[in-house]
Order: sequence, then structure tokens, then C-alpha cells
Amino acid sequence: MTGKPIVQFKNVKKSFGDLEVLKGFDLDIMPGEKVSIIGPSGSGKTTIIRMLMTLEKPTGGEIIVDGENLWHMEVNGKLVEANEKHLRKIRGNIGMVFQHFNLFPHMTIMRNCTEAPVQVLGLSKKEAEQRAVQMLKKVGLADKVNNYPFQLSGGQKQRVAIARALVMQPKVMLFDEVTSALDPELVGEVLQVIKDLAEQGDMSMILITHEMDFAMEISDRVAFFADGLLMEEGPPQELFNNPKSDRLKSFLQRFSRV
Amino acid sequence: MRGATVTVSLLLASGALAFILAFIAGLSRVSENKAVRVLTMIYVEFFRGTSLLVQLFWIFFVLPQLFDIRLDPFTAGVVTLGLNYAAYASEIVRGAILAVPDGQTEAAIALNMSKFQRMRYIILPQALRTMLPGFGNISIELLKGTSLVSLITLQDMMYLAQNLRAADYSQSLQVFGILLILYFVLALPLIVLSRYLERRASRGVASA
Amino acid sequence: MEIFNWSYAAEVFPTIFRAMFVTLGITLASFAVALVLGLILTLLRRSPVKIIAYLTYGFIEFVRGTPVLVQLFFVYFAWPLVPVIGFEMSAMTAGISTLGIHYSTYLSEIYRSGIESVDQGQWEASRALNFSKAKTWTKIILPQAVPPVIPMLGNYLIVLFKETPLLMAISVNEMLMTARNLGSQVFSFVEVYTIVGLLFLLLSYPSSLFVGYMERRMNTRYMRKAKVQKMKKEDVIS
Repeated sequence: MTGKPIVQFKNVKKSFGDLEVLKGFDLDIMPGEKVSIIGPSGSGKTTIIRMLMTLEKPTGGEIIVDGENLWHMEVNGKLVEANEKHLRKIRGNIGMVFQHFNLFPHMTIMRNCTEAPVQVLGLSKKEAEQRAVQMLKKVGLADKVNNYPFQLSGGQKQRVAIARALVMQPKVMLFDEVTSALDPELVGEVLQVIKDLAEQGDMSMILITHEMDFAMEISDRVAFFADGLLMEEGPPQELFNNPKSDRLKSFLQRFSRV
Repeated sequence: MRGATVTVSLLLASGALAFILAFIAGLSRVSENKAVRVLTMIYVEFFRGTSLLVQLFWIFFVLPQLFDIRLDPFTAGVVTLGLNYAAYASEIVRGAILAVPDGQTEAAIALNMSKFQRMRYIILPQALRTMLPGFGNISIELLKGTSLVSLITLQDMMYLAQNLRAADYSQSLQVFGILLILYFVLALPLIVLSRYLERRASRGVASA
Repeated sequence: MEIFNWSYAAEVFPTIFRAMFVTLGITLASFAVALVLGLILTLLRRSPVKIIAYLTYGFIEFVRGTPVLVQLFFVYFAWPLVPVIGFEMSAMTAGISTLGIHYSTYLSEIYRSGIESVDQGQWEASRALNFSKAKTWTKIILPQAVPPVIPMLGNYLIVLFKETPLLMAISVNEMLMTARNLGSQVFSFVEVYTIVGLLFLLLSYPSSLFVGYMERRMNTRYMRKAKVQKMKKEDVIS
């Protein structure tokens, strides 16, 4: 894994009103790299990937995607705030799976997966459907194409959401606590799908997760956030077996000994 | 009763106008452009804040004097009813759009859809379901509102009933009794429809 | 002719302004009728005697489905001709009763939604404490059902206020009627109708802002929206 990073966070900050959620951090993601972000609630983890997905606007710093500035663009040599067109261009590199699935309730599973390829990428309906079926097979739900979201279990919905994001063929895929809203017995099937993806793909992945074993298993690197700061980062073995900061130690203790 | 034709065509014309305007105004209310938002809000609050009958009189009697715009009673009725009920219906449109969970917009952004695509393919189809019962109720109110045009001499059911009564006072009971029933018969399909839509909406679509 | 005659407007303003109080009086009187009658309709609709419940439901839908103006004419002109129970009323009484009856059907829907939002457990607890039926209603259910719907009742007060000009059709001297009489003396309606429109706006818009404010406060108090918003915020920063 060498070469230029696909995503770079440079001194990125975010405040909600008076509340400073992220106090400035740097983080690079390499092409094909799987990075897990862990940390206590309220440490701003979700905000990190929401800013990358352009759902929140950073209050400071820069995010670079594939060499291009995400929130700013160059006009006549000057950096100005990105407009919708610029955002859309860069955003095409990124896909996201949400905690609460956010499937479109008024569309069948097939249309959930084909609407964006047809509307955004301009694929023909047939091409889009071929791609969708391929991805739905990957997540093991090719038989549900004609069902509506409300007919699926939580785990199945989340797998459809993963397929829906995959159809867009992003270079970077974001997973926002994708198993937190699931019943415990459904967590496994979703994690398995993500694990398969991680093993076969050259797609970069950023995962926010509370599943420590899972993070250890699939990540190339783990980043620990607390109090709005990137406290520690490194290969999972090192981070989990040999935490340096007290913050991380106590955080891991709470997890493993429960 | 020939007046029924007038009442029904008035209902249809002003209903069409009202729903088209309601969509335009409802979308403007959630626009990112502040000027558009404020202007629409003024329109909505103005028509909701003053009385329908006063608006009707104003458009029918004052406009000709003030701007030399002369509308025949039917047009004045359609315009007033349309503008008035569009103001109410636009609130339904706006509410329904805002009621679509943020997650839907976010998912659409994550799929890189444009603003227009988000509204057209993701938000509106879902909002429409929520709007329908409200639209049903508005159309009942609109039907009732049409009776007011008799006061600007449009010869609808109400107006002709008054004429009949004027011809023979002893017939008041029959005339107005029949008139009430006629209106109710016209409203009945709308009532049944909106109660059905209400029930369907309260059952709801399970969230995704 | 001048387009908008200010001195004439100033001249007629006091007369219209006085008529405004007639309008307000009509509004309050008919709202009082609607409040009481609405509650009665709600209770009748929940009657265990099926036929009463259905008749009430039919009455509500019928009244809601037909125009106030027609009802007004029916009450004023036709009711006196109804055998046995019919009697004659002044235009004012007819107007107030019609508006009151009409809006009582709307208010009964609001009461109903309030009652239905009271937790089932409250009924069960009242039964467990051996409250009588009347006591359950007056001491337990209604005190919980009514406050949350007060803003919605307020909305209908404003709606009712805007319906009062209809009474001019049976020659009640409210604002619009007064304006028309004044206007027809000089064959100019610009000033009078504009004044009436503005007075309506001036009274109803602040009221609706106030109702909106109450609504938000009630929501916080009864922990509905507030809870959702709080959860959402936590979600975002977790």
C-alpha cells in the first residue's frame, strides 16, 4: 500500500454551536486501506465520516479526496467555498452505509439499488439492474429484488444498504456504526458481508464501530478518538495489545471485561 | 338544480389551481433561497390571516376600482378560492416534505444525487403519501367554500336556492333542506376518500 | 376619482373599528358554544349505546361536509318552519348558534385526539383505584387530554373568527356588513374592504403566532418533539 493517500484530513475541526466536537486532527487513508475508528460516544467519530460524505461542513481544516480539495475549489487561482457541482464531482468517489439503513421505503429493493446508477451515473436500466443483481448476490439477497424494505429484517435491510452503496462503485466506503441499530442475533450476518468485502476489495473502507473483535480482525489500522482528538493510531494488534495512552487503556478495559 | 353544474365546475377549476399553487408555494417554503421563502410566507400568511369572504369581496369589488382589473364572478371565485386554499394546502405540502426523515436526504446525498433528483425521486414520492389525507380534507373545505360565491352573484347552487326561497318563503324548509343534502351528496365521495386516506396514513408504511 | 382616499378611510375607520367588537363578540360567543357542544359530541360518540355513537358520527360528518353559509340560511330561514321543535331566532342568535354548531364538530375531533392520546394505563389505573366513571372522566382523563390540545383549539378560534363575515348574509352588522353599508353610500369599496382585510390580518396573524408558540411549548412540556431532537443531536456527535 504505497503511493498517494485517497483521503487526507488536515487539521480538521468541527463545532456545533459552542460545542467543539473535533478539535483538529490529521489522518490519511491509503487506497485499499481499511481503517477502523473507535472511541467513546460523543468523541466525534460519526462527524468525521459525515464531513467526508459532505453531510456536515467542517469548521476548520481541509479534507482532500484523491488529490482534490473537498470543501473548497479553485477559481482563478483562489480557493473558494465549494459549490454543489464541485461537491457532486468529488462525492462520486465516496459511498456510505448508515446506522439506520436509510433505505427508500417507497421503492423495491431493486429500485433502491438502481435508482442512483440510472439517475446519477446515467446507466441504462438494464445495466443498472445487472450491477444491482451482482451486488445483491454478494450480500446474499438476490432473491429479494421485488420486496419492499419493510418486508425485510434489520440485518437484511443493512445488507441491501451495503449493496446499494456498492453499485455506485465508490473508491472509499464509509460505515457508520452499521450494526448498532440491529438486534444482537442479526449483527453477525452484516459483519460477515463487510468482512468478505474487506478481503476481496481494493476499495478503501472507513468503519466506525463498537465491535472491537471485528475491528481487530479486518482493519489494517485503527484510530482511537476521544475528547475531539485523535489520541492514538496504529495497526490493530499494537493498539489493542499495547495501548499507550491511559484513555485508550481504560476504554479497552471497559469493552473487553464486560 | 342547474346550480350544481356551476358549483362542481367551480370546485374543479379552483381545486386544480389550488393544488398547483400549493405545490409551488410548498416547495418555495423549503427553498434554500431566503427571499423566495419569505415572499411565499407573506403570501401564505396573508391569505390565511384574512377571511375568505373578505378576500372574495376585495378581488371582486376592489380590484376593478383600484387597478381596473375586472373579473367576472366565476373567474373571481376561482382565483380567490384557488389562492386561499392553496395557502392552506401549501402548509400541508411543506409539512409533509419536512416530515420525511433527514436520513432519506442523507442517503440520497451519499448516492450523489443532485438536489433536484433528491426532491423528485426520494422526498416527494414519500411526502405525497403524507399529503393525501390533508388534500382530501382541503377539497371538502373547498367545496364548502364555493357556496360563498353566491354572495358575489355567481349563480351556483346556493344562489339559485336563495332565489327559489325569495319566490316563495313558505318553501324555505324544503329548499334549504334539499340544498344541505345536495352539498352533502357532493361532499360524500370526498369524505369517504379522505377518511380512507387517513386510515391508510395512520397505519403507515413501516420505516426502512 | 382618487385611487385610495385616505381622508375617507380615516372617516369610516371608527365605525368599522366599532363593528370589530361585534365581530369579536360573535367569535367568542360561538366559540363558547362550540367548546361545550364539541365536548358533548365527543362523549356521545364514545357512548356504549351503538345507535347513539353512530348517529353522532353521522351528525358530525354531515355538519362538517356542508357549507356554513347553507347551514346559516337553514337555521335562520328554515328552522322556524320545522314542525313542533322549530322556533324563530334573531339573526344574531342564529349566526352564533350556526357557527357554534359547525365548529363544535371540528372541536370534537380535537377532543377525541386528545383523549386517545391519554395512555391506556390511566384508564386501568382509575379502574384499579375504583373511581366511578364520571370521576375517571373529570378527574383523570380530561385533565390530561385537554391541555395538550389547547393550541389546536386556539387554531380553531382563529378559523372561526375568520368565518364571522358570513353572518352578513343574514344581515348581522359585523365588520364586513358595516363596511358594505358604508361603501354603498359612496359607491366605493376600496377603502372599506381594505380596512376590514387589514383588521382581520392584524388580529389573526399575531394570534396565530401566539398559538404556534404555545404549540411548541406544549410539545416540550409533553416531551414529544423535544425528545426526538435531543436523540438526534446525540446521534450526530457520537
